[in-house]
Amino acid sequence: MSLSTKAGPSSEQPILEVRGISKSFPGVRALKKVDLRIWSGEVHALMGENGAGKSTLMKILSGAYRPDSGEILLNGEPVQFRTPYDARSAGVAIIYQELTVAPNLTVSGNVFLGSELKRFGFLKDAVAMDRKTQEVLHRLGARFKASDRASHLAVAEQQQVEIARALFYKSRVLVMDEPTAALSNRETDRLFEIVRQLRAEGLAIIYISHRMAEVYELADRLSVLRDGEYVGELTRAEFSADKVIEMMVGRRLEEFYERAKHTAGPVVLDVKNMDDGKRVKHASFQLRAGEVVGLAGLVGAGRTELARLIFGADKRKSGEVYLNGRKLRINRPQTAIRAGIGYVPEDRKLQGVFLQMSSAANITMNILGRCAAGGILNFGKLQERAKAEVEALHVRTASLASQAGGLSGGNQQKLLLARWLEINPKVLMLDEPTRGVDVGAKAEIYGLIQRLVEKGMAVLFISSELPEIVGVCDRVLVMREGEITGELGGETGIEITQQNIMKFATDVARSGLTNGN
Amino acid sequence: MATETATQAADLAATKRKELTRSVIQLAGMLPVLVLICVLFAVLTPNFLTENNIVNVVRQASINMVLAAGMTFVILTGGIDLAVGSVLGFTAVIAVVVSLIPGLDWAAVPAALLAGLVVGVLTGMMVAYIGLPPFIVTLGTYTAIRGAAYLAAGGTTVINSKIGFAWIGNGYVGPVPWLVVIALLTIAVSAFILHGTVLGVHVYAVGGNPQAARLTGIPVSLVLIFVYGVSGLLSGLGGAMSASRLYSAQGQLGIGYELDAIAAVILGGTSFSGGIGTVFGTLIGALIIAVLNNGLTLMNVSFYWQLVIKGAVIILAVTLDKLRTRGQAV
Repeated sequence: MSLSTKAGPSSEQPILEVRGISKSFPGVRALKKVDLRIWSGEVHALMGENGAGKSTLMKILSGAYRPDSGEILLNGEPVQFRTPYDARSAGVAIIYQELTVAPNLTVSGNVFLGSELKRFGFLKDAVAMDRKTQEVLHRLGARFKASDRASHLAVAEQQQVEIARALFYKSRVLVMDEPTAALSNRETDRLFEIVRQLRAEGLAIIYISHRMAEVYELADRLSVLRDGEYVGELTRAEFSADKVIEMMVGRRLEEFYERAKHTAGPVVLDVKNMDDGKRVKHASFQLRAGEVVGLAGLVGAGRTELARLIFGADKRKSGEVYLNGRKLRINRPQTAIRAGIGYVPEDRKLQGVFLQMSSAANITMNILGRCAAGGILNFGKLQERAKAEVEALHVRTASLASQAGGLSGGNQQKLLLARWLEINPKVLMLDEPTRGVDVGAKAEIYGLIQRLVEKGMAVLFISSELPEIVGVCDRVLVMREGEITGELGGETGIEITQQNIMKFATDVARSGLTNGN
Repeated sequence: MATETATQAADLAATKRKELTRSVIQLAGMLPVLVLICVLFAVLTPNFLTENNIVNVVRQASINMVLAAGMTFVILTGGIDLAVGSVLGFTAVIAVVVSLIPGLDWAAVPAALLAGLVVGVLTGMMVAYIGLPPFIVTLGTYTAIRGAAYLAAGGTTVINSKIGFAWIGNGYVGPVPWLVVIALLTIAVSAFILHGTVLGVHVYAVGGNPQAARLTGIPVSLVLIFVYGVSGLLSGLGGAMSASRLYSAQGQLGIGYELDAIAAVILGGTSFSGGIGTVFGTLIGALIIAVLNNGLTLMNVSFYWQLVIKGAVIILAVTLDKLRTRGQAV
């Protein structure tokens, strides 16, 4: 492999340099002699599959872990971060994917958390804190005020609070972990503006992301980790999707979206007038056997809510669900599952996987009854089913008894898919099935969906990543503010493209597409 | 490429080994601590390791084992049952009162079990359907059922020196007291339910991730009612055992028992947040507490110091457990 590992601007020294960092956990070598050099005024993308070592490296930079060997140089000076506080004081700030804003405090309370301004040595000086915070918010172009309560802010705004906090600590290096994971497209654009502005102000930004498109748009340079090792570095001129994927997975991925045209069968699922009085408004649609239907829309458009209503997970105000022409009385997930509807939730860790339980138990959770006599489990049968699924889906787990919590995101997702495949539902709703999943597992999940559909399953595919919707789906429904505002593909004659989806997903559709355009 | 797959296989094998050691450690749990304490007392006091004394220790542990077995179910779902001591007192009084009714004395034990079960199921329904926090609900039942116990006993001690089920508290199977047999059977049946049945897996699932359990179609409410029902039922069994042993019962019987039960469960390695733990661990935990009580008494340590030492051991043991299991989440 002839990968460029040449140094950056040689005239100045890097603001942050990582030299030969290694870190092991019992049984796992998470990082092996990793090097990384970051210059001021650059956005440096850090890429790698899940489990490649990005989070471990980040935790070392933040002082949460200490490396077994190797050193960190800040401005050429060796530093040791023993605690997150050390790192922060030295000017290295981290913005985690899961935001750490305290909801009950005001914005300025959050920014000054732990180092509140005081009057007479002990009284909190809210006025001064608000004023100083407001200056930073202004610099970031934030639309909220320093005195607003954090719980009233959207996720994107909470993120801005964290950025403001980082600026306050005079951070010189800002690490952002998947910062756009929970943002809508518009919010993402806004974030990019902020990142560019910070770069112009001379900050060094380490940008961790799975999304190639973002990296192209933003990064000056990118480094790739694979299996805990540093693979190499690309400068902007050298960026290409093939090259990056090759570096990340160590092999060339054939066609990423293997997609055959499906001929849709009869209507399986007929949803009529679904409404919860809040987030979903009079949504009606149909799913046919043997098709993948995408459900697209901005974050907060009501896609997850719609799926949960169909699944009986939330209370609905009105709406009917017909499966194979038979009306279902769905008031809780159990009844939906019994009828033949499956749902892989959006938040894998919170709503899907039993982290402390074994891989086998996670896979067989839905077929316990079938593998038992009089309530007493038949372990042989369970083991057999779990083994079959692990092999079929290439789940990378040390053993069937391994805790699911120790697996990577992609493998956890496979456990969930396996769980549903075991009961072979007629309709399977997948909510962001590839979120936080590495490239290799993504491709496998796409392939799996194709196979299921070929066997006649109807799949509802909810995703915020448009390229994936376009790549995977036979037909696409678009939601905006709780309503299904458009349909593409199938018999509509509208081509499934990112632009067309966005027209329906935003207000543009009203004046644009629908007006006889 | 070949070397790469070789290292991968080696990595996988290493993880496998690690997991094996871990599961062995997890299974053994606090057993080493129990053994250590026993050895210590055996060396320090000559009377500790006599057959008589050992039978005595296990018998003293038996009622707590039964309560703690029920408590294990509840804590595995992430809940807590503060009312087990009160229910034990209440059901013991009921057992004695019923045994005094001419012609109905056969119903004494069933009545105690039923009373316990009813209280447990009602508790479970309040947790499951109204969504009240288990701590609050059982704080309520803890108080109310204690009151009921005093009322049922008429404020005095109810006595039946010819109690029909005296064999439970005072009989033997060979050299082993019935109390111990019942306690061990309770542990065995609990272990079987938790590890061998659909319901058991559901208990762990609800405790480990309630949202996921619901979205997987597990009847979460019924599982909750079941675990509190079990706790109530076993408290009733504990009540019958106490009544039988004492030939009597009174309103204040069982005060503070809930704390020993909780301590046994926690000592046994069950996570307070639910989803992790075994009833075997609880057995060890209950024995540790009983051995401490017994050994310290044999050594003539004052009751006040016993309390201090017991508390310290609980904190120390759980701290050890925490250190032992730290760093596993990689």
